[in-house]
Amino acid sequence: MPHDSNDHTHAHSVLPSDPALRVNALETLLMRKGLIDLNALDAIIDTYQNKIGPQNGAMVVARAWSDSAFCNSLFSDTTKTVADLGFYGRQGEHIVALQNTDKIHNIVVCTLCSCYPWPLLGIPPTWYKSDAYRARAVREPRKVLAEFGVALLNDTSVRVWDSTAELRYLVIPQRPEGTEGWSELQLAELVTRDSMIGTGFPKDAQ
Amino acid sequence: MSRIHDMGGRFGDGPVMPDFGHEAVFKKKWHARALAVTVASGFLGQWNLDESRHSRENLSPADYSKFSYYEKWISALADMLVAKGLVSVEELQSLQGERGSDSLCERVLRAEKVASGLSKGGPTLRYTSITQLYMTGDPVKTRLAENRSLSGGHTRLPNYASQKVGTIVGSHGSHIFPDAHAHGAGEAPEPLYTVAFKASTLWEHPENPYDLVMLDLWQSYLEPL
Repeated sequence: MPHDSNDHTHAHSVLPSDPALRVNALETLLMRKGLIDLNALDAIIDTYQNKIGPQNGAMVVARAWSDSAFCNSLFSDTTKTVADLGFYGRQGEHIVALQNTDKIHNIVVCTLCSCYPWPLLGIPPTWYKSDAYRARAVREPRKVLAEFGVALLNDTSVRVWDSTAELRYLVIPQRPEGTEGWSELQLAELVTRDSMIGTGFPKDAQ
Repeated sequence: MSRIHDMGGRFGDGPVMPDFGHEAVFKKKWHARALAVTVASGFLGQWNLDESRHSRENLSPADYSKFSYYEKWISALADMLVAKGLVSVEELQSLQGERGSDSLCERVLRAEKVASGLSKGGPTLRYTSITQLYMTGDPVKTRLAENRSLSGGHTRLPNYASQKVGTIVGSHGSHIFPDAHAHGAGEAPEPLYTVAFKASTLWEHPENPYDLVMLDLWQSYLEPL
């Protein structure tokens, strides 16, 4: 049986240990070798800081709440339906929508790394990438949910989706009561990032 | 046995610290740079996503536990640049180096290509003639959560779901097989399924025995029951 040959090559240890200096060192070397374009780095940062974020997913949820044809399409072919709205790309090549109901509460984790639907939710928050969330969400989802202030009914079943492959999951939370006749834009304001991961509910209609 | 990254079900990590949506996308400037350098380097086309995941998993358990998220990224990137011969250890030390080859430099991601490059993505669905062995509703048992061809190699079958019985609840066509793709053995696509496991089959003391954990698993991770 061959053994993984990369096991003992920890070249990174020659870099500065301070993480900011470590990044800067690598960036400097790659630039000197002509292997990165600093303007491209700025464009990547601008994309995830300003253009792609949970507002995208919120738009999908709000439309699913208010347009039944869109909702049917979303659950039959999520990837195509959200791509038609312009939401496609890196870490969102294969997307599946999950519907929360009174009986079923879906929650998403990646225990092996930090897989997350980037085109719909942006870059994952620190807690999603934390050891505590990755370790505990599969074993004790109800305790984890309680830490987010989420209390479930006793007869609600929890489904934890551990994104082990390239499928990315978007939770479609239940529409808040008292929002009849609201516009998609008004509805989207109620959709929190956590409600699309399953660790929260949408805001109440006020 | 598995590696340090495979932490699903582990005890002792303490509470989760929610941010309720208030955290900045990048908490520190270097987080943003680390993400951007890693993403941009990927466009050089010298490794795939499965190789880059495996290089993070290959950090020593001590480093993996000690490093913050983006420290793992940047350290694994340095390891991969050296393993792939793009950068030498001497260059990492001196931060001086000769310009890369023309064929490599031609691949460098330019600012005007960032939007199209990121939105293109990297779909893993492949059309194959491999027979799908399982149907929705079939009971299956997972095999040992280890790479079958390479001791210590990459796999996406978590240890907590090793040799456990579940039920097929969906199928997704064939997808690139990470256990091969992370090790230069080609895409080797296989049918991919969603498998539901009852909490009571995974844990000695489940919170609620009827709660489910859903995993996306490749055909060769599964055995018929």
